[in-house]
Amino acid sequence: MKRVVLAVVVLALFIPLCVVGQTTLDTILARGRLICGVNAALPGFGFLDAETGEFAGFDIDYGKAIAAALGVDVEFIPLTAGERLTALQTGQIDVLLRNTTWTLTRDSKELGLDFCPTTFYDGQGFIVRKAEEIESIKDLDGATVCVTSGTTTEGNLADAFRLNGLALNTQVFAETEAAFGAYDAMACDCYTSDKSQLASLRTTAAVPDDHTILPDTISKEPLGPLVRHGDDEWFDIVKWVVFATFFAEEYGITQANVAAFTSDNPEIRRFLGLEGGMGAKLGLANDFAVQVIEAVGNYGEIYDRHLGPDGLDIPRAGSLNDLYINGGLIYCPAWR
Amino acid sequence: MSAGRDRLGTVPVWRDVRVLRIVSQIVFLAAIAAGIWWLLNNLSTNLEESGLNIAFRFLRETAGFPISEGISYEPTNVNGYAFLVGIFNTLRVAVVGIVLTTIIGTLVGVARLSSNWLVRKLATLYVETVRNIPLLVQLFFWYFAVMLTALPLVKNAIRLPGPIYLSRRGLYMPWPTLTESFGTWAWYILGGAVLGAAIYAVRRIQLKRADRPGFPLAWAALGFVVVVIAGWFLTPGSPLGVDIPVLKKFNFEGGMWLSASFSALLIGLATYTGAFIAEIVRAGILAVGKGQTEAARALGLRRSLVLRLVILPQALRVIIPPLTSQYLNLTKNSSLAILIGYYDLLNVGTTIFNQTGRAVEMILLIMGSYLSMSLVTSLVMNWYNRRIKLVER
Repeated sequence: MKRVVLAVVVLALFIPLCVVGQTTLDTILARGRLICGVNAALPGFGFLDAETGEFAGFDIDYGKAIAAALGVDVEFIPLTAGERLTALQTGQIDVLLRNTTWTLTRDSKELGLDFCPTTFYDGQGFIVRKAEEIESIKDLDGATVCVTSGTTTEGNLADAFRLNGLALNTQVFAETEAAFGAYDAMACDCYTSDKSQLASLRTTAAVPDDHTILPDTISKEPLGPLVRHGDDEWFDIVKWVVFATFFAEEYGITQANVAAFTSDNPEIRRFLGLEGGMGAKLGLANDFAVQVIEAVGNYGEIYDRHLGPDGLDIPRAGSLNDLYINGGLIYCPAWR
Repeated sequence: MSAGRDRLGTVPVWRDVRVLRIVSQIVFLAAIAAGIWWLLNNLSTNLEESGLNIAFRFLRETAGFPISEGISYEPTNVNGYAFLVGIFNTLRVAVVGIVLTTIIGTLVGVARLSSNWLVRKLATLYVETVRNIPLLVQLFFWYFAVMLTALPLVKNAIRLPGPIYLSRRGLYMPWPTLTESFGTWAWYILGGAVLGAAIYAVRRIQLKRADRPGFPLAWAALGFVVVVIAGWFLTPGSPLGVDIPVLKKFNFEGGMWLSASFSALLIGLATYTGAFIAEIVRAGILAVGKGQTEAARALGLRRSLVLRLVILPQALRVIIPPLTSQYLNLTKNSSLAILIGYYDLLNVGTTIFNQTGRAVEMILLIMGSYLSMSLVTSLVMNWYNRRIKLVER
């Protein structure tokens, strides 16, 4: 009997690899649950709230939004930077929502991944101790930099120092906590990562006010959801859930007023599922956008909840993360 | 009687023990082969389906990420070279660690058998504490609690004679550099080595003829050292220069740098493995009967010769096989380095696969590297084991 159980367990280990031909959407609907890969240790974007015991953050809300559009439950799986791409490639998760930078290599057929619209435009920067009197990256010649492995940051760091002709010492850790901890214990002169992440990590330093983020931005870091390459139906769904949050903000549709929202504008009527059958074209209910906004609110609401003054306090007005009508890059294509 | 033989002769094939043995082994092998084939096929089918093909071209592409420790490296080098730097760093910590852990293990193992109460109890305390706490926890302790808390900041580094500087960034010490006249001196080194080898061979033959113990290696070493030192003075100009570390704005520059991560990893691995080796050494010594010592002493052998000619050869037979396993453990445990920021082969390998997305290829390379290191260690230790084992007829 024991042997039979063992054999079944061993077989079960390999079965997920053998499942072919079933679309991601079918799999999720059959399972009744959406599985998202997330960060568990990045306040503001994705972290396990110690008080409530639940995941919370900007990326987490997008997981909830996709689940709401499908009308299924949602499960969050915490992943390290090194695990995340493999987890998606092997089908362990349906969508990756873990502050992942859009790069050509990652988007290519070679890696088998596709990037959905960017939800947060970020850039890599440095956090240093105020006492060191460092003004810009040019003052970092010969400094030791702590880095987390498994990210684009290592490459950007080397490029930036090479570009400026600066000597560089680095120390690479597998875990962000260890890397930032080593910086906080003065094993390194600075820590580098996406600026949003620096803002988040600064709150976890022993004395947050001792640290400052340098004005230099050394890279483009567009962060957004990822899906597997090749399942276009699922790719489209995640894309348009993200666009729905952009659209809602542009037209003033909020979590509070979406249920009662009415309009004569044909595009808004299509958005609300009152006409046009837009949801059906994606394989969803026609009012999927309403479900999304009811669950998490529009883009501005999600941003303010986690990254606004009450959260990480990353200024939005006039930044790339503002609506296109305000000079940003948050833009929804035509809803028709 | 004849009826009995007939019955024996007509045992059906499916009940013939000899046939069954062979058949069962063939079936077993076939099952394993089928299992492996199934897994490999599974892998290649799935990779093909997702458009991922196994290819190692990425090793020739520019790495583009920094590595601060190990042999000279620039971000403009290729991925393959970056991986070599990682292998070098793993070898460095493994080799130094094995030497260190052998010394610690032997000393503590002997101390556990000491007649001195305090020494014995201290050794027992060390072994029981260190081997009962997970290695990872100990590494965190050495790195975060000792290196990053107890040691001073780099600006207030402890200055030891040398000058050697000790701080949170690790250990900076002077390091010899080769000068132009090193080439001349290298000939003296070569000559010394040849002379040493010759002395060793002659001395061994002499001792063998006289049929008595001696130290041929000591004479050989003496010859080598004399030639090398004479060469130093005969060479015009100093063949070696000294690179002394100097404090700059952020760090010391120049000299040899051993990072705090390297030190923490080395100390952690050496003390942890040393506790196990101590027990192996103790077991080995206890395995040699007391009568052996007494008999050797009765023959009039000095204490040192008793240990070298009677106890050790017999104890080593018991010690070497489990010692090999501990050496292998130390090498493999060094893969925990990534958690305390040391650039070992797993750390560099992970970075490469994150930059290039080549997970399967890198994991294969990493596994292959650890496997070959371990096999070489085993090979050497097994050769040594065969040499010292009891010759039986």
